[in-house]
Amino acid sequence: MIVRGNERLLVQGITGKQGSFWTQRMQEYGTRVVGGVNPKKAGIQHCGVPVYASSKDAMREGGFDVSVLFIPPLGAKAAALDAIEAGCKKLVILTEHIPVHDVMHVLAAARESGARVVGPNTAGLVTPGEAFVGFMPAFETDIFTPGRIGVISRSGSLGTLICLNLVQAGFGESAFIGIGGDPILGTTSRDALETLDEDVGTDAVVIVGEIGGAMEEAAAEYAASMQKPVVSFIAGAASPLGKKMGHAGAIVMGDKGTYRSKRAALEQAGARVLDTPSDVGKVVAEMLQ
Amino acid sequence: MNFEEHAAKPLLAAAGIAVPAGRLATTPEAAAEAAAAIGAVVVKAQVPIGKRGKAGGIRLAKDPEETRQAAEAILGMSIGAHTVERLLIEAQASIATEFYAAVLNDPGSKGPLVMFSSVGGMDIEEIAAERPDALRRHAVDVRGGFSLDDARSMLEGLDLGAHEEQIATTLEALYRAYAENDAELLEINPLALLDDGRIVALDCKLVLDDSSIKRQTELSQRGTPERPSDLEAKGQSLGLKYIDLDGEIGVLANGAGLTMTTMDVITHHGGRPANFLEIGGDAYTKATPALELVLSNPNVKSLVVNFCGAFARTDVMTEGVIDALETLEPAVPVFFSVHGTGAAEARVMLRERLGIAPYPDMDAAIVAAIEAAGGPA
Repeated sequence: MIVRGNERLLVQGITGKQGSFWTQRMQEYGTRVVGGVNPKKAGIQHCGVPVYASSKDAMREGGFDVSVLFIPPLGAKAAALDAIEAGCKKLVILTEHIPVHDVMHVLAAARESGARVVGPNTAGLVTPGEAFVGFMPAFETDIFTPGRIGVISRSGSLGTLICLNLVQAGFGESAFIGIGGDPILGTTSRDALETLDEDVGTDAVVIVGEIGGAMEEAAAEYAASMQKPVVSFIAGAASPLGKKMGHAGAIVMGDKGTYRSKRAALEQAGARVLDTPSDVGKVVAEMLQ
Repeated sequence: MNFEEHAAKPLLAAAGIAVPAGRLATTPEAAAEAAAAIGAVVVKAQVPIGKRGKAGGIRLAKDPEETRQAAEAILGMSIGAHTVERLLIEAQASIATEFYAAVLNDPGSKGPLVMFSSVGGMDIEEIAAERPDALRRHAVDVRGGFSLDDARSMLEGLDLGAHEEQIATTLEALYRAYAENDAELLEINPLALLDDGRIVALDCKLVLDDSSIKRQTELSQRGTPERPSDLEAKGQSLGLKYIDLDGEIGVLANGAGLTMTTMDVITHHGGRPANFLEIGGDAYTKATPALELVLSNPNVKSLVVNFCGAFARTDVMTEGVIDALETLEPAVPVFFSVHGTGAAEARVMLRERLGIAPYPDMDAAIVAAIEAAGGPA
């Protein structure tokens, strides 16, 4: 789930306001956008690339490696299945508020066909200096610059802040993997951690988590076996119980998904857990010494 | 969205699962009338949370007079944060054995999970801890659903005797109700085998997936809406997620993660946040009404504006905040930290229109805001 500069990107929902705006940003950055999908506008050129009626048409006529979805919640299932059936092996689903039963359907289909899904409800992926997919400020060089720190985040805004702090401390990123803020995700913190552990360009990993669910605990299990340093910040220590804190997945139910449980699991695995995101650069530097 | 028992049980009945005869009552008189029609009853407080029995919200009554007395005692009672306004008056059942059954969205298997336990009547966490041998889990591929054969194989080895087939049918029906209603959780606890051999759902908990409310419009009418505070309701009407907290430092940030973090760092430095309010996603254009909302809380002594733009553009958000500040001229001081998409333009605007510079990082802005509000607690 690290996006590479040579990968060809299809933008589903390219003609919409956000689809158009972010397609142009991705193109300016160097992402290889090869086409878009809008069943009602097939045949036109938009943002300098052909618009197809479906992902299947796009695959047949030009081919692509990665698809990104700028599609409203109730249309996301059909669009994702279209991409999977077309043979796409890497989907980035940005959409927030997709019905969870639809998400589970998409993830089951993806698993069967060997496709990897990132999201839903993610801000996307950035590989500084190569490509980005989604709506991340990859082009802001005080936030994203080529380097050797991998960042995994459930939140776009907080992940951005962590990257900013890393760059201010003199680091750069090997990859930013936005996994998303939904309760059920195609790529978990643990999945992303395994990828960055295997990535030769990554020396250390920052996991930006939040309250709710058990992803950080699962990532901690894997982190215990790693040689590379792991640093983490978990948002939500000061959040009240039983309330959804903006993200559908960010809720503490009873004793499930608490800050304390996540912090303890990560610390037991040898990871350093930060009290404030401002400390990330300092702590990463200490751990790399 | 949570549902009270009386609103959830009709879904089971529609799927073919037996539930006791019952009526909803909001007064002691109506409760007594219901008992006159039903016989010996259970009087059950209707609140959208568990542990009603332990709180005294469930009582047995053998006749209308006892029912009236029980209703008088339970109506108006506080259970958790809820005041009891409704009762379910239900026929008593003579229970031979209690089971547990549920279907839920499972992040681990990334699909539906059917759960059944041959012991019930206690929390699933207790069952898992104390009687793991009695608990069965079956991960479902949502595309194919959950068949009667799946249910039968799940129940193998639980020694359910002659009742196994009836329970398998119940599980299949439960899954159907879960799937058709976009449930996040549909739970029957206890599912009871009665002395007369029937399998009956004695309680039912339904949580509707919030992201499915827009396609479950009819069902969502019967759910229990959250009771927002005045400011929370105002936030909702503006399309903003606002949560009241009890501190003095107002918070305005973009994105759920960054907003939670702002609260965390305020707490870390000894302050207390007054609210959660994020203007991420499409709401980033709503900075002006958002700021008005935060400042209408009389407890707020200082305000942190913490933007880190990704999708949300900090120049657009900052302009909205400056517009609001110029209109409202609030007495409380405002402390900015602005980074990410559009930050350079935002800094120019802050300098030209307010004559200030943002703090170099969020910690510095937050520490200054805490000082302005009277220092750390």
